[in-house]
Amino acid sequence: MNQIDASLIDWSRAQFALTAMYHWLFVPLTLGLGLIMAIMETLYYRTKDVKWKSTAKFWMKIFGINFAVGVASGIILEFEFGTNWSNYSWFVGDIFGAPLAIEGIFAFFMEATFIAVMYFGWEKVSKGFHLASTWLTVGGATLSALWILVANAWMQYPAGMNFNPDVVRNEMTDFWAVALSPVAINKFLHTVISSWLLGGAVVIGISSWYLLKKRDITFALDSIKVATIVGFVGVVISAITGDGSAHQIAQKQPMKLAAMEGLYEGGDGIGLVAAGILTPGKQYDDSKDPFIFDIQIPKMLSFLAVRDLDGYVPGINNIVRGGYITPEGEKALSIEEKMTKGKKAFDALNQYREAKKNKDDIQLAEAKKLLDENFAYFGYGYFQSPADAIPNVPLVFYSFRVMVILGGFFLLLFIVVWYFSHKKKFEQSKWLQYVCLWSIPLAYITSQAGWIVAEVGRQPWAIQDILPVQAAVSNIEAGSVKLTFFIFVVLFTVLLIAELSILTKQIKIGPEKGDEKE
Amino acid sequence: MKRIASFSDFITMYVEGFKNLTWGKPLWIIIIVKLFIMFAILRVFFFPNLLNRFDTSEEKSEHVFRELTKNHITNEKKFSNESD
Ligand code: HEM
Repeated sequence: MNQIDASLIDWSRAQFALTAMYHWLFVPLTLGLGLIMAIMETLYYRTKDVKWKSTAKFWMKIFGINFAVGVASGIILEFEFGTNWSNYSWFVGDIFGAPLAIEGIFAFFMEATFIAVMYFGWEKVSKGFHLASTWLTVGGATLSALWILVANAWMQYPAGMNFNPDVVRNEMTDFWAVALSPVAINKFLHTVISSWLLGGAVVIGISSWYLLKKRDITFALDSIKVATIVGFVGVVISAITGDGSAHQIAQKQPMKLAAMEGLYEGGDGIGLVAAGILTPGKQYDDSKDPFIFDIQIPKMLSFLAVRDLDGYVPGINNIVRGGYITPEGEKALSIEEKMTKGKKAFDALNQYREAKKNKDDIQLAEAKKLLDENFAYFGYGYFQSPADAIPNVPLVFYSFRVMVILGGFFLLLFIVVWYFSHKKKFEQSKWLQYVCLWSIPLAYITSQAGWIVAEVGRQPWAIQDILPVQAAVSNIEAGSVKLTFFIFVVLFTVLLIAELSILTKQIKIGPEKGDEKE
Repeated sequence: MKRIASFSDFITMYVEGFKNLTWGKPLWIIIIVKLFIMFAILRVFFFPNLLNRFDTSEEKSEHVFRELTKNHITNEKKFSNESD
C-alpha cells in the first residue's frame, strides 16, 4: 500500500477527537471545582464556621466522583499515539517523552498523597495541614495540565527544537523556548482559567436545583456566593487570555485565524465578524461571497490581530497566493512555493541518508545544508494542491462564535446571579434558577468549542508546517481503527452513565448534616 | 480521634479510609474495572506500540523514514504531473 487511505486518516482523527473530547469532560471540572472547594475550606479555616466544612465536603464528593471516572482517560490518548500516530510519536519523540513521564510520576504521588489526606484525614491531621492538602491537590491537578498543554502549544508553534536527520526525529535544543513560548503561556492560562468558569457554572447549576426543590437552602446560597465570584473571574480572564491566544494565532497560524473569521480576501483595517452565516459550499478559489449575511465591527480584527486599527490581516486566498508582508517583516511565500520547498527538504533528507550509507562526507554536508534551508516547510511537500492547506472553515468559524458568544452569556449570567444573591433575591427567582440549571451543559459546550477552534483550526497539521496528519498517521488497517472507535463509543457511554447515576444519587442525598455538630 | 504522629499512623489512615468507604466504594470499583479494561484488554489486544517491534533506534528511525517516504513519493508524483 503506497498511498495512505483517506478513511484511515479520518477514522484515526475521529478516534483521537472522541477520546480527547471525552477526556475533556472531566479535566475542566477537576480544575474549576477544585478551586471552589479549596476556597470553601479556606473559609472554614478562617471563620471556623462548620457550615463551610460541610459545604466544602459536599463539593469534594462531587470532585471525587468526577476525578474517579475521568482519571486515566488521558492515558488512552497515549495508547493512540503509539498505535495510530506512531510516525508522529517517533518524529517528536524525545521532546515530550521524558518530561511527560516525570510529570506523570510526580502528579501520581502528589495526588495520591494529598487526595488521601483530603478524603480520609479530616480528623487525623490539623486543620491547616488538611487545608494545605486540598490546595496541593488542586495545584497538582493544575500542574499536571501544564506540560500536556506545553506539548500541544509546541505542535502549534514548534519552537526550541531541531530536526536530527540521523534519527528522523526532533530534539529539544532549548527547554525554556518550549516551556515558555508565548503560545504555551496563553494556552495554559486560557485553558485552566476558562475551567474556573465551568466549575462556577456547575456549582451554581446544582445549587439552583436545591433551591428549586426548596431544600438545603443555606448550603445552596453559600455555594452560589463562592461560585459566582470564581466563575466571574474565570470568564473575565478567559476573555483576556483568549485575546492573547488570538493575537499569537495571527502571527503563528494565520490560516487558523482566517478560518476563525471566514476571511477569504484580507487587507488593511479588516472588521471582526460579530455574527454571520457562511455561504455553504464556498471554496477558496470560487467567486462566491463568503457570507450570506454578516455583521462586522469595523477594523476590529486588524486591531485584535496586529494591535493596529489599519493593520494588515491576510485571508485564506492571500495566504494561498503569498506575496504580502508577514508580521516578521518578510514576504510571505505562496503555498505552491512552500510545496516546492517541502519537496526540496524531503529530497535533501533522502540524499542525506543515502550519503550517510555511502559515507560520502561532501554530499552529507551539502544535503544537510539544503535540508536546514528548507526544513521549515517540510510538511508542505505532502500536499497535492494548495486546498490541502485549508482547514474546515465552517466548523472553525461557528465553534469560535459559540465559544465567544457563550463566554459573553456567562459573563452576564454571573453578574446577574451575583446581583440577585447580593440583594437576597436569588432564592425567589425561579426563572434564574432554571437558567442556571440549564447552563451546566452550555459551559461544557463552550469549553469543547474552544478545543475545536484550536484543533480543527490547525488542520491539516499534526505539527504546524512540518508534519501533516496524513504523514503522522500509522499505516494500519482502517477497519481496526473503526472497530476501536466503536469500542470507545460503548466504553465511554457506559462510564458516563455510571458517573451521572452516581452523581445524581449523591446530589439527591445532598450535603451531610452531621458535620454541623462539631 | 487519634492524630497522625508517625508514618505508620499515615498508613493506618489509608487502611481505615479504605475500610470505611461509603460513597467511594463504587468509584473504586469503576477505577479498577476501567484500568483492567485499559491495560489488560485495550493495550494488549488493540493498542500495541507499533515501533516496539523494532529493537534498535536505527531500525525505528529507518521504519519511520520509509513510512514518511511512501506518502511523500506518491504525492511528489502527483505534484510533478500537475506542474508538467
Ligand atoms: C470571551 C472571549 C474568548 C476568546 C477571545 C477566546 C479565544 C480563544 C482562542 C483564540 C482559542 C484558540 C487558541 C489556540 O488555537 O491556540 C481558544 C481556545 C480555547 N478556549 Fe477560548 N476564548 C474565549 C472564551 C472562552 C471561554 C468562555 C471558554 C470556556 C469556558 C473558553 C475555552 C477555550 C478552550 C478550552 C480552548 C482550547 C484550549 C486552547 O487552545 O487554549 N474560551 N479560545
